[in-house]
Amino acid sequence: MLQVSDLSVAIGDKTILHDINLAIEPGEVHVLFGPNGSGKSTLLGALMGFARYRVLKGSIRLKGEEIVGLPVHERARRGIGLAFQRPPTIRGLTMRQMLAICAGDGVNAEELAACLRFERFLDREVNAGFSGGELKRSELMQLMAQSPDLVLLDEPESGVDLENIALIGRAINYLLGRRVGAPAGKSPRQVRQECVKAGLIITHTGYILDYVNADVGHVLYEGRISCSGNPRELLRCIHELGYGACVRCTF
Amino acid sequence: MCAVYILGPERVGTVAKNSDPGYTTEAPEHTYLEDPAALPEEDRRRMLAVGVDAGDTRRSGTFLQMDHSVVHCGVRQEGLEVMGIDEALAGYPWVQDYVWRALDAAQDEFTAYAQDRSRSGYFIRALPGVKAVYPVQACLYLARERLAQCVHNIVIVEEGAELHIITGCASGQRVMSGLHLGVSEFYVKKNAHLTFTMIHNWAEEMEVRPRTAVIVEEGGVFLSNYICLSPVRLLQTNPVAYLRGEGAVARFNTVLVAPPGSFMDVGSQVFLAAERTRAELIARTVTTGGGIINRGLLVGEKAGVKAHLECRGLLLTSDGYIRAIPELEARVAGAELSHEAAVGKIAPEEIEYLMARGLDEDEATATIVRGFLNVRIEGLPEELERQIDRALEVSKVSAM
Repeated sequence: MLQVSDLSVAIGDKTILHDINLAIEPGEVHVLFGPNGSGKSTLLGALMGFARYRVLKGSIRLKGEEIVGLPVHERARRGIGLAFQRPPTIRGLTMRQMLAICAGDGVNAEELAACLRFERFLDREVNAGFSGGELKRSELMQLMAQSPDLVLLDEPESGVDLENIALIGRAINYLLGRRVGAPAGKSPRQVRQECVKAGLIITHTGYILDYVNADVGHVLYEGRISCSGNPRELLRCIHELGYGACVRCTF
Repeated sequence: MCAVYILGPERVGTVAKNSDPGYTTEAPEHTYLEDPAALPEEDRRRMLAVGVDAGDTRRSGTFLQMDHSVVHCGVRQEGLEVMGIDEALAGYPWVQDYVWRALDAAQDEFTAYAQDRSRSGYFIRALPGVKAVYPVQACLYLARERLAQCVHNIVIVEEGAELHIITGCASGQRVMSGLHLGVSEFYVKKNAHLTFTMIHNWAEEMEVRPRTAVIVEEGGVFLSNYICLSPVRLLQTNPVAYLRGEGAVARFNTVLVAPPGSFMDVGSQVFLAAERTRAELIARTVTTGGGIINRGLLVGEKAGVKAHLECRGLLLTSDGYIRAIPELEARVAGAELSHEAAVGKIAPEEIEYLMARGLDEDEATATIVRGFLNVRIEGLPEELERQIDRALEVSKVSAM
């Protein structure tokens, strides 16, 4: 699905990411750990193609196609969807209209909103005055309308209260085409094999791992992927030793 | 030919510098039509573009003026009166008391000019307690090239009555230039309600100077929507509402798009002269290369009055400019007046946000601009909403 090779990215004159290599297969969910300022959001922004992130070298292939140089909307149309960490407010545009934009054609806004208990926000302006948790639900609802093949989530659980975190988890599983519990007649393995959607999730706390089964974890430290492996083990290591010690194990 | 001399450029901005002051005051008479549907198709289309539908049944009344001639007027609801101002003055001697009452003819050169030379204009009145089911529409149409069209309009909404007027001002297909000078005086009586929606769609070389004043009595409500999305060489207007009665309310929504070559100096003013009066002025302006001055003035004359003024401007190109001039004047302690003004370009994060949802850059920009201009305008006919959308589409293309 996604193949990132030797990718280096700068903001202005400052190189933020160095020689990133990352491969996400269809059906896989990867999580990205890392301290503040390690470059996690920069990586997602570079994958999406935002202007402030300048690719210095390397390649990003989506379903085999090089996308470095493609404008943001072309990447979106090819199947990348990003849930923003801090999305802007769009005045005069309602959530309902935004969902229609995301879907590109007809969309059942009520049904989507019901999934995220977001009905009463449908006729409000996009992100206007939303709380942290409401912004997360707004972003996930938009992605559900967009239905991307590669789902990029930037801290989907931050600012979400305990009551809503399970809701967020369910929405993410829905986005990734994963169901909770195998449907009748199919083993979990079969279900997994049928999944074609892929995800890359930034998480600080790791809480989201209680709700979403991630396959691979990566630690991004000072702009480099310093460690990859089982996401739960990585998280435990980070919790116990902190990032500084955790990344040393690779040296 | 009679020359009309306009104000010097120091008063109206840079675009007026090359203006030719010569206009003609004479135009041929246009025949009165019993059925406005008999108007030529092209004229009807241009009227429709400003919200005036000559064939629409969902109107409580219609007034059409071409150049100096009233070509049609009629009402569909009892208790409403729609006629030319001359007819009103002839039929009701008391109407004279309303002429030059809200406005002072000595205000400026244009009102002074209009005092002697205005020709026609509308008289619209809702009798006490009458609630108009549909809007009354009025169109002031300029068909003669280089004509100075000067009208005097009077609107009276009597006690407890409710009225929505849609005024469209437009010019004919072959008209390139002209002067439109509309003097309008509105009287909103006790507990009456007037919504006044005005859409302008002039020829590119037009000079337009509406002069409007409104007196609102106790418990009365005046809502104004002013929309100009098409090129106009010079537009200068600064309507004023006097809230004279306790609890009176005024709200002005202004939506302007200035293409290259256009200069718009548009404001609104409210004098909160009675207890518990309230006002809100909301302006959204966009330049795609033209110049905009957006004024707003709130004057609080009684303690406890409350008013807010909001000017927001968007520059879509590096040509053109927007100057926002919000003014607040409290004449007593305890007048609560506030303003918010912001002028700038579209935030790139907003464009990228919409691009991440699949819109290309032009579509994203247009969506943001349309949202930006989307002030809540009640009771706009569908055709008008589509027209606004189209105008935005066009301005988007010229902006990119």
